[in-house]
Amino acid sequence: MTEPRTLYEKIWDAHVVERRDDGTCIVFIDRHLVHEVTSPQAFEGLRAAGRTVRRPDLTLAVPDHNLPTTARRDAAGNRVPIADPMSAKQLEALEANAPAFGIRYIDDAAPEQGIVHVVGPEQGFTLPGCTLVCGDSHTAAHGALGALAFGIGTSEVEHVLATQTLLLKQSKTMEIRIEGALGFGVSPKDVVLAIIGRIGAAGGTGHVIEYTGSTIRDMSIEGRLTVSNMSIEAGARAGLIAPDAKTLAYIKGRPMAPSGPDWDAAMQWWRSLPTDDGARYDTHVTLDAGDIAPNVTWGTSPEDVVPITGSVPDPDSFEDESKRAAAAKSLDYMGLTPGQRMEDVAVDTIFIGSCTNSRIEDLRAAAEVAKGRRIADGIKQALVVPGSGLVKLQAEREGLDRVFIEAGFEWREPGCSMCLGMNPDKVPPGQRCASTSNRNFVGRQGPGARTHLVSPAMAAAAAVTGKLTDIREMMG
Amino acid sequence: MKPFSQVEGRAYPFGRKNVDTDVIIPAEFLKTISREGLGAGAFKVVRAEEGNVFDDPDYAGAPILIAGDNFGCGSSREHAAWALDDMGVRVVIAPSFSDIFSSNAFKNGILAVELPQAAIDRLMEVAATDPITVDLENQVVTTPFQDRFEFPIDPFRKSCLLAGLDEIGLTLESDDAIGVYEHKLAADKPWLAPRTA
Ligand code: SF4
Repeated sequence: MTEPRTLYEKIWDAHVVERRDDGTCIVFIDRHLVHEVTSPQAFEGLRAAGRTVRRPDLTLAVPDHNLPTTARRDAAGNRVPIADPMSAKQLEALEANAPAFGIRYIDDAAPEQGIVHVVGPEQGFTLPGCTLVCGDSHTAAHGALGALAFGIGTSEVEHVLATQTLLLKQSKTMEIRIEGALGFGVSPKDVVLAIIGRIGAAGGTGHVIEYTGSTIRDMSIEGRLTVSNMSIEAGARAGLIAPDAKTLAYIKGRPMAPSGPDWDAAMQWWRSLPTDDGARYDTHVTLDAGDIAPNVTWGTSPEDVVPITGSVPDPDSFEDESKRAAAAKSLDYMGLTPGQRMEDVAVDTIFIGSCTNSRIEDLRAAAEVAKGRRIADGIKQALVVPGSGLVKLQAEREGLDRVFIEAGFEWREPGCSMCLGMNPDKVPPGQRCASTSNRNFVGRQGPGARTHLVSPAMAAAAAVTGKLTDIREMMG
Repeated sequence: MKPFSQVEGRAYPFGRKNVDTDVIIPAEFLKTISREGLGAGAFKVVRAEEGNVFDDPDYAGAPILIAGDNFGCGSSREHAAWALDDMGVRVVIAPSFSDIFSSNAFKNGILAVELPQAAIDRLMEVAATDPITVDLENQVVTTPFQDRFEFPIDPFRKSCLLAGLDEIGLTLESDDAIGVYEHKLAADKPWLAPRTA
């Protein structure tokens, strides 16, 4: 009998190529997603060293980070020039590097184009039990399908391109168990914000998380993607969820997923992956789903979470000295005062999008709120940016685009957009944004931008009232 | 990666503490597609100061940089190491470095030498007028005035730097093992390669 193992340990063991004395392992990488921002220097490095891409067949390239979300082709089918010359250059570099190194490339105007972390699962590129990397820290998202997925730096991108492996040491494991049914108006985004609020932005450092419990089991795959996506905001490099019948149903029939006899063989291995009874995790955290309310952030770290019914905390209320100083600085940046009720905070901008919340279920949740309503007069911009061209098409088939446009939202082309403001979609200095993205860092959505992280339904509700709003009251 | 054995030359007597990656290379230079050319943006904020060491012709092209505690703190951007490399800096000497910076520096063939503050103070003095020698093989920094400061370094990093072996080169030494793994993978999990349309 082998020792009982966790999901993470099973995937790890299956991918170790070679172990060195100091515990560093050469780990095989099954899947590599490449985008335009963190790859140019890696390709340049390959060229300089006269190296090739070892496994172009396991690599998929798609531009997303700095593409404009306005029309990309004119009526004649020609590219609408990208105003920022540096962004244009990064896109051109990827367009040239992918074919030069034999890598499959999804064009910026293709219906399959979208945010890497939306495209991977959607295309069936992401599979349970595989190791998957990308030069972007929210790669953790793919863990929702039971893949060991994490973000890497540019030198590591080059390392994977050249060797299809990475040098890694095994991480510690953390089980985050959530049990019970979510209340009305409480979404997967609220669950992950509650987790980060509970364990802190560094709580998962050095760990790979596995999310377990009935709340996760009952969650849709899209909801699970939202939860795993933000693992990195709790400091963990990866956040896994065991594959189950829902996972397999989600993957089956996707363009790049195994089919026919391959499917049956793959399924056998996937079914052996869930953590064995008696396997041990290094750390445990448990949450009761019934305690989770719709959440909002008040500060400049994703751990700065309060329920929408709460108020801005007093920096002096924190025990930790450095947290006190950080909170005071955050409040100053955010333009908030201690004791202010979150529901009284007026917003200027709404962003519904990002790899955290831009899939069809997210758009449906937001549209349900927007339907038959209008955005408030004070709202200066309200963007809906689907996660991929396919999500956009599906939403249009369901008429969601009409719902948003009639309510006063802008309906855009897919990409990262206002999540990080590398393209023209930025929150202007000093303005306040209710955003479905994943980072409320200083300047993340543009210099001086103030971000409140919320769920898609909560973002739509804020658009309608012009301030942070308890979705349960609006829809209940 | 360029092999590293010994570097002799002038050193920028910069000396500041907590030099963060925004100081080394401001965010405005990150939207580039090349590792090269970042030297032009390096220390932009410092270069706006009258009489800064980086624009002093005495130190032009110096291969060594002397700094204070906690050099390279802040973001994980590898651009900081690329910028130093592009300036021609091959060694940074400081009392301490951020973890990420030392790793990024190492990945790019730049040696991060840790010496106590007293040694730094002395080297700052010497650097104002004379060259400094950094000998990796013997792990020692010397001056024309018989100063001798020994420094520690991780043995793995030392051997990589001496051999000019980057991590990719090193991993490729296990090329056979990777090939064997791939073979087994193709046999055991033939379904793993993504389908092509
Ligand atoms: S949407 Fe934001 S977090 Fe996600 S991949 Fe793009 S930039 Fe990164």
